[in-house]
Amino acid sequence: MFHSRSRLATGSVLVLTAALSLSACGGSKSGESSSAESCVDTSGDTIKLGFLNSTSGAMAISEQTVRDSLVMALEEINADGGILGKKIEPVVEDGASDPAVFAEKIEKLLTGDCVAAVFGGWTSASRKAMLPVVEADNGLLFYPVQYEGLEASKNIYYTGATTNQQIIPAMDFLKSKGVKTLFLAGSDYVFPRTANKIIKQYAKELGIEIVGEEYVPLDDDDWTTQVSKIVKAKPDFVFNTINGSSNVGFIKAYYEQGLSPETSPIISVSIAEEEAPAMGKDVTGQFAAWNYFQSVKSPTNDAFIKAFKAKYGDKRPTSDPMEAAYTSLYLYKALVEKADSFDVDKINAAADGVTFDAPEGTVTIDGENHHIAKTGLIGRINKDNQFDVVWSSDAPIEPDPFLKGYSWWDPSGE
Amino acid sequence: MDAFTTPLLAGAATGALLLIAALGLALTFGQMGVINMAHGEFLMAGAYTAYLTQQVVTNTDISILVALPVAFLVAGLLGLLLEVAIIQWMYRRPLDTLLVTVGVSLLLQQLAKDVFGAQGDPVHTPGWLDGNVDVFGYHWPYRQMFTIVLALAALGALGALLKYTAYGRQIRATVQNRDLAETMGVSTRTVDRVTFFVGSGLAGIGGVAVSLISGTNPNLGTTYIISAFLVVVAGGLGQLKGTVIAAFAVGIVTAYLTDWYSSSMAQVVTFGLVVVFLQLRPQGLFTVRTRGLA
Repeated sequence: MFHSRSRLATGSVLVLTAALSLSACGGSKSGESSSAESCVDTSGDTIKLGFLNSTSGAMAISEQTVRDSLVMALEEINADGGILGKKIEPVVEDGASDPAVFAEKIEKLLTGDCVAAVFGGWTSASRKAMLPVVEADNGLLFYPVQYEGLEASKNIYYTGATTNQQIIPAMDFLKSKGVKTLFLAGSDYVFPRTANKIIKQYAKELGIEIVGEEYVPLDDDDWTTQVSKIVKAKPDFVFNTINGSSNVGFIKAYYEQGLSPETSPIISVSIAEEEAPAMGKDVTGQFAAWNYFQSVKSPTNDAFIKAFKAKYGDKRPTSDPMEAAYTSLYLYKALVEKADSFDVDKINAAADGVTFDAPEGTVTIDGENHHIAKTGLIGRINKDNQFDVVWSSDAPIEPDPFLKGYSWWDPSGE
Repeated sequence: MDAFTTPLLAGAATGALLLIAALGLALTFGQMGVINMAHGEFLMAGAYTAYLTQQVVTNTDISILVALPVAFLVAGLLGLLLEVAIIQWMYRRPLDTLLVTVGVSLLLQQLAKDVFGAQGDPVHTPGWLDGNVDVFGYHWPYRQMFTIVLALAALGALGALLKYTAYGRQIRATVQNRDLAETMGVSTRTVDRVTFFVGSGLAGIGGVAVSLISGTNPNLGTTYIISAFLVVVAGGLGQLKGTVIAAFAVGIVTAYLTDWYSSSMAQVVTFGLVVVFLQLRPQGLFTVRTRGLA
């Protein structure tokens, strides 16, 4: 009990610090952002870019993979002559899995190091902490992870999926499989709750019945009671929005109580090539929704995988967030080259329609909301913990972070 | 019927885990006035021992059984190291031990992260534990029965140790009146160390059971430590009977609340109940009559 109290105290100190540093930055927001305050130096042979990922703390295991692919993209671009003839000079920082640190470090990168753009972030909390800073400084942030949507900033480019490119395709897939009943299992925080709100409204539209909805706190791994409810509800499918190590407890309890891909298969949005072998159970036959799998067949992806394994070892798989991070650096290069400038406002003006032939397929920036069009993919886990693509959207899906194009969506409703 | 049995059986298994975790805490707090926040990391050490054992003994069917005594030793020695290096200098200063062991806890977690990685490693369930039996509609996993058997065995062994051995008598004497025990020739230093070893070792065994639920991860201890303290405080200090009843009560009440409401709500209500309970009975369910001055 003392422990939780001391945590609370630390937490409130951090929140206070963050609030203070944010309000301090808020002061520079005056006037039209003409980037007159920009201190980016474009006179030399190099251009500075910031890499801000957690290389310590709880998120390090995930964010390190993003850092690795950013470094690889950087080396490729430099070897190829750089951006507008300038070699990239990386400035790397550790976000330490702490939103307050992310806010602090991005401020330092933008105004202290004068980097032209920052690449990084993973949790929505870290992005939400960086957003006011990057807007106040009129900087650029490239964010590489699928998230809950309902956001758009002119200073952030989102290269991971928004909900209509991952959650909605997953539901379309379930409908195409003739699924009638669905059980929702998620971690108790913002992403699963938001995702499930969208899932419930779309399910009503599709005529799929939600037969149960369970949440377990992020740090709790015991899913036995919740799984016993799945056993009783006998759903056609389980929609899994659980995050992190809690997935292991869920998967173990699921098989322990006799469920299987034959009875009630699971479709997940956070289990990828790296997580699947770490479940302690053979998860062959279960499903996941992403925009990229290592198994995607294309010459670009073959080259990407080959380069990654050559650099980091044969055992390292490639996954969706690291592909999105790799793509984000190339998109930045394309943006700068189209704008013929490192200036943020000129880049934003030129953004619409900028494309890159990425490992996942050709992606295109939407100048309106700064997300990119991505193909929705459903993969089925095979014996090698790779994903066989079993469903794909007909074409890249236009990003719609606020779900404006979906008549069934009511942000205020349940 | 199944609405009644599911939480009862699942909760009993959770209670059994809490019991193994709380036994060591109750021992060291009752005897030495030590609040050991690093106790959760002994659970973690047990889980990692189970993982490492599985790397060496690749036959999953027996590796868990091999892991049990090894985890007892590893966690016990880790506890002994903590006692010798730090705790022995601050007996009877509960708040100091609290602060210091929080530090040790964070240190051990970071160490586990650096050595094993932050994501955690899988521990495979042996074939003979992989399955369930239908009890009034609840598919009761063998793993949960195993946890309950394990807890009762640990409890029995500890009870026998306290009741029938010379060392047990010395513990009881030390708990009741340390100074008097010392004048009667009991080396309370040795007794303290052995107690710390046994208490931490039990947590190691609990860690093996936890590893069957969630595999290993560096934060595994923090999940259980607060509930384990809850059990110790609610059960009354230095009382095995109270610890047992409180452990199963917390486990089962939480399971019913989880079933009726949600996992998050269950935590809120359980903690609320304990606050109310401590207002009414601050000394816990049972109190031990002591002639000690503390």
